[in-house]
Amino acid sequence: MTGAVLSLENVTYRYPDVERAALSDVSLEIAPGEFCLLAGLSGSGKSTLLRAACGLVPHFHGGRFAGRVQLAGLDTREHGPARLGAFAGALFQDPETQLVTGSVRAELSLALESRGESAAGVARGVEEVALALGIDALLDRAPHELSGGEKQRVALGAALAGRPQIVLLDEPTSQLDPVAGDELIGLLRRLNQEWETTVVLAEHRLERCLTGADRVIALQHGRVACDGDPAAFMQWASERAPALQTPGAKLFALCDLHPAPVGVKQARAALRSLALLGEDDPREPGRAEPARAGAATRRRGARRARKLSALAMRGVWHELRNGPAILRGATLVVAPGESVALMGRNGAGKSTLLRHAAGLLEPTRGRIEASGRVALLLQNPGDYFIHERVDEELSADALEAAGLTAMAARHPRDLSGGERQRLALAIVTDAHDAAQTRRGHARARDDDARRERHDGDVQAPPAVLALDEPTRGMDRQGKAELAGELRRRAGEGQAVIVATHDPEFAAACADRAVLLADGRVIADGPTRELLAGGWYFATETARILGGAGGALLPEEGAELLRRRAPVEVAL
Amino acid sequence: MQAARSRYPVREREAMIGTLLFYRRIASPLHATRAGIGAAWALSLTAAALILYHPLCLLALLVAVLGAGWGAGVGPRLARSLRTATIVALPIVLVNVLVSRQGLTVFARLGDLGPFGQGDVTVEAAAYGGVIALKVTMLILITGLAGLAVDPDEMLRMFRRLSFRSALTATLATRMLPVLAADSQRLAEAQRTRPAGAPAGARGRVALLSAVVGGSLDRAMDVAATLEVRGFATARSAAGARGRPRRALSRHDIAFAASAVAILALAIAGRMAGVASFAAYPRIEMPTDAGTFALALALIAATALPFCDRRGIDP
Repeated sequence: MTGAVLSLENVTYRYPDVERAALSDVSLEIAPGEFCLLAGLSGSGKSTLLRAACGLVPHFHGGRFAGRVQLAGLDTREHGPARLGAFAGALFQDPETQLVTGSVRAELSLALESRGESAAGVARGVEEVALALGIDALLDRAPHELSGGEKQRVALGAALAGRPQIVLLDEPTSQLDPVAGDELIGLLRRLNQEWETTVVLAEHRLERCLTGADRVIALQHGRVACDGDPAAFMQWASERAPALQTPGAKLFALCDLHPAPVGVKQARAALRSLALLGEDDPREPGRAEPARAGAATRRRGARRARKLSALAMRGVWHELRNGPAILRGATLVVAPGESVALMGRNGAGKSTLLRHAAGLLEPTRGRIEASGRVALLLQNPGDYFIHERVDEELSADALEAAGLTAMAARHPRDLSGGERQRLALAIVTDAHDAAQTRRGHARARDDDARRERHDGDVQAPPAVLALDEPTRGMDRQGKAELAGELRRRAGEGQAVIVATHDPEFAAACADRAVLLADGRVIADGPTRELLAGGWYFATETARILGGAGGALLPEEGAELLRRRAPVEVAL
Repeated sequence: MQAARSRYPVREREAMIGTLLFYRRIASPLHATRAGIGAAWALSLTAAALILYHPLCLLALLVAVLGAGWGAGVGPRLARSLRTATIVALPIVLVNVLVSRQGLTVFARLGDLGPFGQGDVTVEAAAYGGVIALKVTMLILITGLAGLAVDPDEMLRMFRRLSFRSALTATLATRMLPVLAADSQRLAEAQRTRPAGAPAGARGRVALLSAVVGGSLDRAMDVAATLEVRGFATARSAAGARGRPRRALSRHDIAFAASAVAILALAIAGRMAGVASFAAYPRIEMPTDAGTFALALALIAATALPFCDRRGIDP
């Protein structure tokens, strides 16, 4: 090993009581100052690799470990995470579990104090990292007062307070809105550029960070499948792993254009050189037409929804006693078979609106009406699992319909992220749940009362299916499957409402998008109109094509490009 | 169309968790005071409440503490503590009335109470019970005020000189309380979204409880991993405390320190000088002279004065 800040030599690792190796014969070296992306589907070994780098594997998790990991010249078999922490900062997915003290200042100083820094060193370290990350105004705030984005910044600050040589990040943007996510990635780039901090970032939404990366390491089944610069990775992904392709790369692949672009700028430059950024470009005249068409569609949609709505929320307010108003007269009418994406920043009121729709909250003002049951899938699927076996959670019919029969005997917590999501979705939509629950709780004294209460409304499938950020931490493949499932349900007449931060997912599963801000609906229209023209709330395809033709997904973009292609550039 | 559902009341617990039970830095002179002095000030109030017996002085202290709560911006939350205190204090009066046999002024005869003898209820017993109840109320309120307005992290940092890990563990427990409360609320909410509602019956409750415990353990594992990578295992007892530069005393530090000294001095002087003397038995002796009134007013003034200066209190 020569000068690498992190090196892995033939590392193979198995978690305790698991036969399949999470990492298999992994060898790589990361040089100081590299910005390195870890790509791979869920379960490919990204998180395990990061945990091996910071010493949590094997010291914290146990299991069988072979090979050698060296961080800043220290062998992780000989030095534990605490010692390695002086050289590596780690940031994981859930900011809630990474803030362990009662104030931001205490959080930032914890790592420094743990290492026995002098008081002056602690004070300087805290001050510097707070200024660098722009969290100096939060120093005296308590963690529970912070937004998700602020929490993640503070957790990053805590990881960086000791000026580590390398920072290891495991999907740090998965719970953030597009704005906060982009801010965090921008921050990492700045740290990398200005302090030469080595960054190793595991991320599913590669399009967000590919342009700033020096190198991409793709993992498949615990093995390194690709290791190269972003352009090489894109080439590899288009040939060997389409599920890891960015939307831009997929767009180019569908049009048989090469090489696959790394980012919007490169894609636009390539299309411009082929004269494929045509008359519909938003920076050129003739853009007003689609907007008018969109307005007409919206008016038609509104009329239809008024006539026949699965869910009608009118002027809904949610005002906390001695606190702020979370919803301020939000109105949302959804027709049967309509699928709506609810978007907006963290704290905009999306989750609260869905809770009102499902009757978990009662509005302080306003009116909510539904044509039937509203099934709500909350953010964390694990919250639904209270039994030891999957088949105890829902009826056999629902289990089969969800394609989970093979997992009937497993513990719900042992399922993969996608499987958990499917199981949770099946639980909340299970029309037989009441009967199943009755069987399971036959000995309960108040069973008769429960039967009486629920018999009336649970035997039919839900009229409305609401999902609160269902794609957190999900890879592209899982998102595509979920989008397909939601499309199917909408096709069967269910109204589907999805709160999401992911414009690509919104475009894939919804016909209509509603943008919330500060508890109000600030925009409501067809998805192809709302997500085509924005910066943050726009798909990559839309950003590449400048919103032209309302193309949001690579398939739609490819169709548009084929229409535009001059004769000499046959696509 | 179904009618608007109103199965559940408005849920504000998530927001309440942060505001009801725990310290939150807000703009107030007491919050702007360093934790050590804030705690000392609360201790001086506690000492005064224990030293003094005269009901007038105790009532003055009660008014002063409630006023301090309003001055510190935690009045409504302190008022909730007052309700709790009342629930605790009332039985004290009742029990003292029933068991005390020392008073001479009987105002009700309950007859022969068997092994407890003659059940004579005296004014003195009621008065003494009232004084003890007032003291207990004071202690609950002062503890509540300190909990709401004195930074626990800063306090725990002071104890890190003795044991870094113990102090950090205590901090962690404090931090995890609202997190775990929010977790269990989330889990309960998820169960309510099941078509059949949350599982009922003993078996259902056990399943729910085990899920809550399982979730807490998962959470604890994640937190433990975070602590590992932050170097908790190498923590040293005096870490960060060595060579800590002296912080200059702020105007609020000085004001509350002076207030603490004044409250304590007034209480001790009053007691030693017999200004606010009080005896319940055998007959109530409770002078209400100018000295007693002056002491009561002085206690209110000493407690309230630091709240008058509101410069530089922004968090």
